[in-house]
This record gives sequence, C-alpha cells and structure tokens, in this order.
Amino acid sequence: MAEFVNLFHGFATVLAFQDVNVFGMQMYLPFNVFIMVVGIVLGVIIGVLPGLGGANGVAILLPLTFSMQPTSAIILLSCIYWGALFGGAITSILFNIPGEPWSVATTFDGYPMAQQGRAGEALTAAFTSSFIGAFFAVVMITLLAPLVAAFALRFGAAEKFAVYFLAFASFIGLSKEPPFKTLAAMLIGFALATFGTDHMTGSLRLTFGSELLIPGFDFLIAVIGLFGIGEILLTMEEGLKFKGKEAKINLRIVLDTWKKLPQYWWTYLRSCIIGCWMGITPAGATPASFMSYGIAKRVSKNGKNFGNGEIEGVIAPETAAHAAGKAALLPMLALGVPGSPTAAVLLGGLLIWNLQPGPMLFIENKEFVWGLIASMYLGNVVGLIIVLTCVPMLAAILRIPFGIIAPVILMFCAVGAYTVRNSFFDVVMMLVFGILGYVLKKTNYPLAPLVLAMVLGDRAEEAFRQALVGSSGSMGVFFSNALVSSIMALGFIALFWSVISAAISRIRGVPATAS
Amino acid sequence: MSGDGNAADQGPAHRYIELVFAGLMGLFAIAVVYGAWRAGIGWGFEGPKAGFFPFIMGAGLIGATAVNIWHGLQGSKSKIFADWDQLKQVGAVTLPIVVYIALIPYIGIYVASVLLIGYFMMKISDYGPVRTLIISIAVPFITFLVFERWFLVALPKGPLEAMFGY
Amino acid sequence: MIQSKRNSLLVAAAAVGVALSGTPAAAQWEPQRTVEIIVPAGTGGGADQMARAIQGIVAKHNLMKQSMIVVNKAGGAGSEGFLDVKGSAGNPHKLIITLSNLFTTPLGTNQNFSYKDFTPVAMLALDEFVLWVNSEKPYKNVKEFLEAAKKGGFKMAGTGSRQEDQIITAAIEKAAGVKFIYTPYRGGGEVAVQLVGNHADATVNNPIEAVAHWRGGKLRPLCVFDGKPLPYNEKIAGDLAWSSIPTCKSQGLDVEYLMLRGFFMSPGATPEQVKFYVDLFQKVRATPEWKDLMNNGAFNTTFMTGKEYVEWVSREHTRHLNLMKEAGFLSTN
Repeated sequence: MAEFVNLFHGFATVLAFQDVNVFGMQMYLPFNVFIMVVGIVLGVIIGVLPGLGGANGVAILLPLTFSMQPTSAIILLSCIYWGALFGGAITSILFNIPGEPWSVATTFDGYPMAQQGRAGEALTAAFTSSFIGAFFAVVMITLLAPLVAAFALRFGAAEKFAVYFLAFASFIGLSKEPPFKTLAAMLIGFALATFGTDHMTGSLRLTFGSELLIPGFDFLIAVIGLFGIGEILLTMEEGLKFKGKEAKINLRIVLDTWKKLPQYWWTYLRSCIIGCWMGITPAGATPASFMSYGIAKRVSKNGKNFGNGEIEGVIAPETAAHAAGKAALLPMLALGVPGSPTAAVLLGGLLIWNLQPGPMLFIENKEFVWGLIASMYLGNVVGLIIVLTCVPMLAAILRIPFGIIAPVILMFCAVGAYTVRNSFFDVVMMLVFGILGYVLKKTNYPLAPLVLAMVLGDRAEEAFRQALVGSSGSMGVFFSNALVSSIMALGFIALFWSVISAAISRIRGVPATAS
Repeated sequence: MSGDGNAADQGPAHRYIELVFAGLMGLFAIAVVYGAWRAGIGWGFEGPKAGFFPFIMGAGLIGATAVNIWHGLQGSKSKIFADWDQLKQVGAVTLPIVVYIALIPYIGIYVASVLLIGYFMMKISDYGPVRTLIISIAVPFITFLVFERWFLVALPKGPLEAMFGY
Repeated sequence: MIQSKRNSLLVAAAAVGVALSGTPAAAQWEPQRTVEIIVPAGTGGGADQMARAIQGIVAKHNLMKQSMIVVNKAGGAGSEGFLDVKGSAGNPHKLIITLSNLFTTPLGTNQNFSYKDFTPVAMLALDEFVLWVNSEKPYKNVKEFLEAAKKGGFKMAGTGSRQEDQIITAAIEKAAGVKFIYTPYRGGGEVAVQLVGNHADATVNNPIEAVAHWRGGKLRPLCVFDGKPLPYNEKIAGDLAWSSIPTCKSQGLDVEYLMLRGFFMSPGATPEQVKFYVDLFQKVRATPEWKDLMNNGAFNTTFMTGKEYVEWVSREHTRHLNLMKEAGFLSTN
C-alpha cells in the first residue's frame, strides 16, 4: 500500500497553501491549485485555436516556468496539455475540424449531433467521457506503475506493428461505402503518408525533385482541408447554413445528458481498457480512438446508426483517446520515451529542472512523480468543471450566422495550416485537400480510412521495416512469440469479422445479419 | 442522397465526374509507383528500401482504381453530380478562398482575412457596411494580438504590419 | 514561384534593415526581431534538447532583448532545416544548431548544401558516444562483447541511417572484423529502450540518452569513443562515474567519434552580427543551468569560434567523407 501513502503525500504537495505573489498582491492560497486553473483555461484556449496545438502551447510557455518549483511548473504545463485535449473535442464537434489526430473519430458522430441541434449534448458527453477515460488511466497508473512499465518494454518493432495492424483491422471493413472505394481511400492515405522524408532512414522519396515536398504531407493539413474546408463547401452547396440554430443553451443539458450516460457503462469500460492498453503498448491515443469507435460500432445494438449522430459514437473514441493519452505518460516517465510531440517538449522541461526521466525517477524524485500523479486526479476534476460550465457558451457559437462564422473558420483553417510547419505551401495544400474532400464525399469515398491510414501509415511502415531488418527479411517475425502472434491473430479476426460472423450464423442456421 | 434532384435540374453527370476523378486518382497512383521505384524498392543495407512500402500502396491503388472505373462505367447515366446553381454556390466560396490564399504572401494573413470576412459578410450574406467593417477588422486584430503578441507565433505579415514595426 | 518571390522580398527587406541600422548603431549590432533557432532534427533529440535549454537560459537570465524561438525542421535527414537557412541569406535572425548531419546529409543523400554555405558562429560542445549493452548480458568488457559478436547476428540499434550511429557501427565492424545487423530508429530515447527491452544487442547512444537506464541498472557502458576518458567524477551508477568508462581505444577497439553541437548563421552575416551571438553564447555558458546540462549529458565542453572553429569543421568534413566512402554510404544517384 506504499502507493497510497505516496499518493497522499502527492495530494498534500498539490493542495499545500503557500505565500505567493500574484499580480503584485501578496496572498496565501493553494498556489498549485491556482496554477492548475490557469493552466486548464489556457489549455482550452490553445486547444480551440488551430495552430496552437498542445505541443506548441507547452513549448511557448516552457520558458515562463523556469522560475517556478519543478512540481508547480510541471503541473502548469501538464494542465495546459489536459486543457488542450478537452479543447480539441470542441472544434471537432462544432465545426467538424479535429484539432488533434485523436479527435478525428469524435467528428464522425459529434458533428452530426451538433447539426441536429444537440451540440450541448455531444459536448457534455465528450467532456465527461474524456474525464472518465483519463480517470481510469490515472487509477491504473497509481496501482500498476512498475508492472506496466515492464510490460511496455516487451514491445519491439514486430509487436508494435501487430498493434497498429489490430487497430486498423478493427476499424476497417465496417464502412457503408463500396469496398473498393474504401480500399482506394485507404491506399491514398497510406501513399500520402509516405511522401517526403522516410522517417526511419531520413532519406527522401516521392519528392520529384521539389524542395516543397521534402517535409511530406502533414496529417493535420489534410484533416483541416478534408474536414474543415470540405464541410464549408458542402454547406454552401446545400444553401448557406450550419444547422443547429435551435441548440439548447443552458446548463440543464449537462444534467439531462448525464442521466443518459450510465446506460453506456459497458462502452465506457471497454473503451477505457482499449485506451489504457494502446497507451502503454505504446501505440498511442489516435489508434485507440479509432479502434474503440470501430469496435463500438460493431458491438452496439445501435451500430447501424453510427455516423448519424449516435451518442455512443462520441463516448467510445473520447474515452479511449484520453485513457490512452494519460496511460502513455507512464512510459514517458518510466522509460524516457516521449509518446507525442507534446510529451517530448515536457521531457525537455524535465531535463532543465534536472529531473532525468527513467526508472530512477520514481525512486529519487518521489515528491515530483506523485505530485504530478495527484495533479492528474485534481486537474481532471478541475478541468471537467471548467469545460462543462462553458458548454452553453460553446453551443451558442453555432448561433453565429454562417456569413460571419464561415470566413472566420476559413481564417483559422489557414492559420492552423500555416503554423503546423510555418510553410505557405501547406496553406495551398489545405485548399487542395478541401476540394478533394468535397469531391470524395460527393462521389461516395469514405474519408475515415484515408485519415486513419495517413495517421498510422508511417509508424506502421516503420515498425514493419524495422521488424524485417531484424529478421533479415523473414515474415515469420510477426508470429515469432506468443505476444506478437496473439495480437496478429486478434487483428485477423477483427479484419474478417463480418465473414466469420456470417459463417457462424449460417452454421447455426440463423439468417445471416451483417453487422 | 440529397444530390438527387428532379429531372428539371441540370448539371454535370455524376458518372462523368466520378470517372474523371477516378482517372486522376489513377494518375496519382502511377506517380507514386514511379517515385517509389526511383527511391528503390528492393532490399538495401537498411532493410527494405525507402520505396518498398509506397510501391506496394501505389500498385494496390492502381488496382482499386481500375475496379472503381469499371464500376463507374456501369453507373446510371441520368444521375447528376450537383445542379449548376449548387455548383455556382460552391464556386462562390471557392474563388474567394483561392484569392485569399494567393494574397497571403503579399499582404499578410491578417489583412487578407479582413478582406475575406468583409467579402463574405457583404456579398454572401447581406450585412450593412458598418457591422461588416467592425467585425471584419476586429476578428483579425484580436487574432493578431493572440498570436503575435501573447503566444509569439509568427504568421505571414505584409507591408501594413511592417509599418508598425512587425 | 510565390515562395521564391517572397524570399527575395525578405532579402530586400533585410538588406534595407541592415542598411538603416548600420550607420547609427555602429557600436554594436543587436537583433531587432525574434531570433529563430532552427533544429534540423525532431523534438526530444539531443540537438533539440540543447536548443530548448539555451532558449530557456536566455529567457530566464534576460540575456537578450528580443525573444528566441525554437523551430524543428527535420525533413530529409535535416536538409529541410539546412536549406531553409541557406535560403535566408542576409537574415541575421536565423541560427541553426548542427549535429553530424551537417556532413552526413549532403554526402549521403545528395542534397544541395554544404558546411561552406553557412556563416560559422561557435562550437558549444561536443557530444560523446558510448557503447552500451544490456546489463543482463554476460559480457563485461569490449573484448568479451566482440568475441560474442563474432558469432554473428548481433543487432545494433541506432538513430537514422547513414548517419553518425551507423557510421560508428561501420567503423566498429571494420576495426574489429565483426558484422552487425543495423536497425534504424527515429530517436535516441527509443533506441535506448529497444536495448533495455532486449530487442537489440548493443547501441552507441549519447550519454544523455542512456544515463537514466544506466542508473536504473538496466544498461552497462563498455567504452567511450573519445581519445581520453570523460572528466566527470560524480558517482552515477553504484560506484561508477562517467570517468570510470574506459576509452574504446584502450580496450583494443580503435574507433573515435565526437559529434558537433555548434551554431551557424545564414549566409552573408556580418562580423558584428556573429560577434553578438558569440558573446551571447559565452554568457549562456557561464550560467549554472548550462553547467548542469553539460554534467547531465557528460558533454565534452570544448568551445571554439572563428578560424579555429572553421578549421575543425573542415577537418571533420574530410573525415566524414573518408569514413562514409569506406562504409559505402555515399550517395550514388
């Protein structure tokens, strides 16, 4: 039970009252809680404004924290990060523009809900699900930290590829669109992910001699174009309006939505487990959200309605993404491997405060580690309260007339595209992707597999090639031990699930129902 | 689908657009295959060479596109993609966006945004000049403060900002 | 086309700026805008950490009136960053922190830039390389390790391909007559974890990338690829300090390699501008935070500027050319 004692000390650290000087006034207050609130508010702003992603925000504010205690500093930075995660869901639901890769799956049902005037409900569900996922992961970290770190070490290149394969297989094969169009969309995504730099070797490919193509196509550019600009074009075609003017805008929707949520307890539990597992393995939050969405769609009795504004379709990806996001911090602290750009920037901060991430951190810097974990509990609660009180305000954004909101969204799309890499070429590509998104949608090509392939493409390719180098080219490496074989087997089952379930039904003599 | 209009609506045939689009996709796939082949698709001392993976993806895309073209050829001839009025609407936003993006390198993103918001408010909706002026200037100005002053993120700027020392 | 036009506009604007500021401020040049540090590598790597540390130190101690930002441009083994700086001639607000890819990228990938394109500012430190193995493995020294490796099939994990890690690997292969299977990964931290998880048999990680695992008892250093042992005596893992690690040469493995951590400016910078940044880095070097960073990463703290620096860089270029030629890593197309 040493963990509980440590955690208790952590809470004491976070809640301790201090004499501090705030804006020139001498005050006696729990400074770390104050910092937490500031961090989350800043984070939400950063998350909502495209171009100020979590990593950017943290990097910009990092120098400001050097004069603070390490514990306070990391609380500020991590709360900005949590805030940015909450913020990412807002633009996904309201404008169909996912700010971060893991909010892509949230758009599938969140945006239709907003269009039906249920923006408040979708936002509440998203925030609450993020909270539950994150909370579950933090509890797991508290209880299982050493075990989990050891498990993460078992993942070499082959195992990583197997996890990506599983994530892909559980998402793919359930779209309503014609199978060859789904396949084509997916292959375009994979192909786009390979342009420019080959991240494994650093060599160039598919640049056709152009310097502009060296950095490749960033996933965010594609998403801003495909979803954000594409949506505005579709809206124009349908005649000038974002539906959703009738959205209810009071705090009652929060309570009403909460009443509905407990019936989805099984979706929550499943998504939490998927999220934690993917966070540790360490595939990360994006595959977790897609995989959780895919499985929920298959398992749910409302599966057919997914994509048309089903609340379960918001719950599943948000819960899993945040469980994974938090769970992924554990390998960073325990092994020193950053799971995301933001984590990398945080890691840089740790080093400046003379904290060396790694197995010894948990032993030598107990106060810091458990202070951070305690701040994850508290930051989550504070964050939920802050964002929930904002729900009515956010839902009201949809009442702004199209004539004003559309150009403002366009401006933010351009800003977001530019800041990804400070490149004007990316802004041009954003428009190209926008038109592509419009035509793809009109001609019945699904966007989700394209996006998923673009996100996972280079990581999956890298793991695949590293595994093959290690085995000198033998494919047997993907079945070389119990762990990798079982993940691969699960992947194949997921991939051919519709065939398998149809076969089972036929054997039983039940009329086959494709799910 | 909402795109299905009645017979009176005129517009480009869905089949036609679909085939042209699939053709473009095929060209893209061929470019990928060619580029991958140039990067090397065999086994090097770093394992499978850089072009190995894109080559397979490109080749697969050529196959999938061929099937899609074949399906497209059998599609209905009467269905339209969208009627001309709808396409006019789409063009009415696409063109300003193109102009907007083309202007960014010369006058900066903030001034270009003032023009874009102004155009949308005056031409696409019918706001009066006063409201248009206020909103179209205020929004980019606030954005300027947030990015350039508070978060120190440098966005493209033009002569106007240069006059004020940015 | 738009891009190049914009660049020429920038150049013109910068030229006007220089011309205007030249006469009244003859005493000392100072940056007029935010200074960008380009990192030609990804976030979290050694160069990135150093750039962000400098950014933090400059901000904390108020060493400069204007602020400093760090921008990662890692594409094409860093050529994205180098080409950006090369194309910003006359812009004195752009610095680039270099690692060995200043030499290896143009040689290995046929990208059109060379160290001669940039205005040298200063060498801030040299990064060391250490041969690491998993501590569960029986070999305790270089000799035993090489004996075991001669049986073949040993996997060496490293960062990128045809870059410093693979060059060192090739040099070991040549010096000791062994053969490794080299697997490239994205970053040093990931490489160290592969070794801890026993997915690789050895690495040549920089000290800072592997020190946490060494202290945690997971990794064992065998030798350091420097001419003399490291000067840091502070105990790190049990009784061992960085200074306890023998040089590879003393262990019969005649390979030496150090990596540049230095700064360059865009082409055409004036001596006053260079002097400003040299002074700035001198101030950075005097801070306690910098000393901590050097200690943590067991860096070789050689500092060079001016002619000495230029000569060192050109010697290193020739050395890389030879090393890469021998290993067959030169670009063929």
